[in-house]
Amino acid sequence: MAMSASEIEVLLRATFPTADISVSGNDGVHMAADIAAVEFAGKNRVAQQRMVYAALKGAMDGSNGQLHALQLTTRVKE
Amino acid sequence: MSDAQSQIKETVEGNDVVLFMKGTSQMPQCGFSSKVAGILNYLGVEYTDVNVLADEDVRQGIKDFSDWPTIPQLYVKNEFIGGCDIVIEMMLSGELDTVLANNGVGFDKDAADKIREANG
Repeated sequence: MAMSASEIEVLLRATFPTADISVSGNDGVHMAADIAAVEFAGKNRVAQQRMVYAALKGAMDGSNGQLHALQLTTRVKE
Repeated sequence: MSDAQSQIKETVEGNDVVLFMKGTSQMPQCGFSSKVAGILNYLGVEYTDVNVLADEDVRQGIKDFSDWPTIPQLYVKNEFIGGCDIVIEMMLSGELDTVLANNGVGFDKDAADKIREANG
């Protein structure tokens, strides 16, 4: 069961309310997200991306995860 | 700790550079894994490749071990560096060179510069 770009954005928006978020990809399985969030301040890339995966609440995990691949670019929103 | 976890821990602690991937360094079986393996191969980095497709316990265990839901996963001196996106970003920014050099891992600096030039 794939995930649409808007579903992903809603989940991300819940964790990063003031972030600049753009989600792309059309097959719902191999998607991409670009996120600039104030919450990333002071965190390295791995920590930033962990926050994103946590925001997606298990949509990525293991074989039952709907998302097979999410290409992520994260940066701190000034 | 399950035996998969202890096996993972041993591998990560016992080798300077470890890449958990789908397939092997010479025969990657996933686009993302092959990108990271390709970078390491091109840089001439010696690394231990662990094919998570060969062992379902390791495939799930590594995600719990690192609290990271995807494959590939790169480790240098027992530290989780990142997945495909992060390794590529670090390659292009030069941070990967720094991490390797700081940990005494040999690599071909000219090759690294060539990758950056090619991705100018």
